[in-house]
Amino acid sequence: MMPRIPLDQQLLDACAAVMLLLSFAMLSQRRVVSLVNLYAIQGGTLAAATLLVAWRTGEGHLYLSAALTIALKVIFLPWLLYRLIRRLEVYWDTEPLLNLSGTMLVGLVIVVFSFGLAQPITAVASTATRSAIGIAVSVVLLAFLMMITRRKAMSQVVGFLSMENGLFFGAMSATYGMPMVVELGVALDVLVAMLVLGVFFFQIREQFDSLDLHHLESLKEGD
Amino acid sequence: MELLFLLGLPVAGAAVFAFAGARREAPEFNVAFSLGTFLAACTLAARVIREGSLLLWREQFFIDPFNVFLVTLTAFVALTTSLFSRPYMRIESAHGRITPGRLKLYHSMYQLFTFTMLLALTTNNMGLLWVAMEGATLSTVLLVTLYRTAGSLEAGWKYFILCGVGIAQALFGTILLYFAAEKILGAQGVTALLWTHLNAVKSQLEPSVLALAFVFLLVGYGTKVGLAPLHNWLPDAHAEGPTPISAVLSGLLLNVALYAVVRCKILVEGSLHSALPSRMLMGFGLLSLLLATLFLWRQRDIKRLFAYSSIEHMGIATFAFGMGGPVANFAALLHMTVHSLTKSSIFFTVGHAAQKAGSQLMDDIRGLITLSPTIGWGLMMGSLAILGMPPFGVFASEFLILTTAMREQPWATPILLAALGIAFAAIFGRVQPMVFGETRLRRLPHAPALLPVFAHLAIVLLLGLYIPPYLADWYRAAARLIGGP
Repeated sequence: MMPRIPLDQQLLDACAAVMLLLSFAMLSQRRVVSLVNLYAIQGGTLAAATLLVAWRTGEGHLYLSAALTIALKVIFLPWLLYRLIRRLEVYWDTEPLLNLSGTMLVGLVIVVFSFGLAQPITAVASTATRSAIGIAVSVVLLAFLMMITRRKAMSQVVGFLSMENGLFFGAMSATYGMPMVVELGVALDVLVAMLVLGVFFFQIREQFDSLDLHHLESLKEGD
Repeated sequence: MELLFLLGLPVAGAAVFAFAGARREAPEFNVAFSLGTFLAACTLAARVIREGSLLLWREQFFIDPFNVFLVTLTAFVALTTSLFSRPYMRIESAHGRITPGRLKLYHSMYQLFTFTMLLALTTNNMGLLWVAMEGATLSTVLLVTLYRTAGSLEAGWKYFILCGVGIAQALFGTILLYFAAEKILGAQGVTALLWTHLNAVKSQLEPSVLALAFVFLLVGYGTKVGLAPLHNWLPDAHAEGPTPISAVLSGLLLNVALYAVVRCKILVEGSLHSALPSRMLMGFGLLSLLLATLFLWRQRDIKRLFAYSSIEHMGIATFAFGMGGPVANFAALLHMTVHSLTKSSIFFTVGHAAQKAGSQLMDDIRGLITLSPTIGWGLMMGSLAILGMPPFGVFASEFLILTTAMREQPWATPILLAALGIAFAAIFGRVQPMVFGETRLRRLPHAPALLPVFAHLAIVLLLGLYIPPYLADWYRAAARLIGGP
């Protein structure tokens, strides 16, 4: 007979599982709009997990953090990305550098590796959410894989944002979140980064008439 | 109070220039704001010399001998660079490479960049340090792409993505640090990320977690230092952006990033009681040094050449911090100072030389000494200084590092010597025909600013001949603080 796991713990584990599944879904998705949808859902899951932990531990600042996540990662950034996609007319990513089954296999290896990497942290963690640390590391590394294998600037950016989701999830599960001033600062940086990127995309488009990154491979060593 | 001015003036400057940065007198105001910041830095430094380390504003800011010297250096180079950028950007406008709108962006971001660096240096909060480092990237991305050429866009994109990903690793490292600290310093730690508190309890922090944290922090901030193999963004960003930005990136940003690495190293070393952090720093340092010297040979663009030279010198400083101990730390701090001054002065001359030739390719730049002797001599002296010729200060720091390496890490000595030799041949061989040789260069529409060049070189020369006692005390105090095995 397995020991009974409390309901909120089960819900948290479910959130963690959904985060991981969404990372894999992003890895395989080539339609840019769907990619942004997935990102928004991942942000929503992160917010849900944060709310659960906040309710369970009664940490007031986690409610604020969840609200920030919803405002920024579920509403504002996806809206900004949809707008960019429409204005720049980039709907599809081209074939990734590694084919789909290959990417998935590498992804699996990464998940196993992440759990190994998270082992020393999980061993000393005292939070109720420590089982999710391995998943958080996986989300970060899978996002990294996505950035490496994609060619379109837009998919790389979604990968970058997903990596940041994973980091927040990691902070939440290891220590119930960072101090508020740091969380605000990080959120501000992400926001500014996306605004800078918006400007930047238009500059790239103006110059090359496309957002395909193979235009950006001319600076080589020795030139 | 000094701190308020130090951090407030650049922010105010950024706000003012966001509206009025395209005005005719904007460059003069840029100098004025930078001068104000520098004066604030000087008074702050005087206060630290008088009263010792300071904790300000509910311990959120911490000034000790280590960072106050970098604060002063940063404010000083920001000031001289603003002096240089005054005629430089006017010439760029006259050559039609820059529109008034972009000039506004440039001035505003220049001040914001100064602010993020000073914030990174003075903050006591490891989380805010991260935020400021990321802010430094964001404020310079649009400056790298200021000319909107294909090359500059590529450089900007690379800079953004590589440093973004790198800094994300550092965030993970910071989270791990917080995780380890929270156990000792208590949850809901308003204090758990404050460096002074971490430093006080560093021997109790969980070693396995801190070791992992250090790997991520080193990779993350190391990307910004330009340590190989994460250096790819650096030469592109230096070559494609406007020259004043190359000067501050090389002279200041790399220093600030290295500062972050060293701060982390102090904590981790206190927890681990092993040589792991030192070995990692030495390894990354030597690798950067070697790779950079090999790439030096293949460069044709003058700004890329000196960008690789920056990687080389950051490698030397990182290696010295890795060796640790009072002498090596002293040498590394001195090396950071003289490299920063020399490299920015080189970029000043290089900027005007490239404007005269209308090209950054070294084959197009010839005979500087005939047409404008000051630029030619500036470049020659700067290159000799950076190559570690006596009596310049770089010689003193490299000599100290080499002799310490012979005693502490004899295996590294041949690598260091070989790399320095190769770098000498590569750079001197390129600079010589640019300074002498036949010329067909044009005149510039505005008189170039060479005062900063010779001011920097004079200080470097002075530091090579004689380090004033208060400065030496200062370095020694900082070196003791950094410690080592």
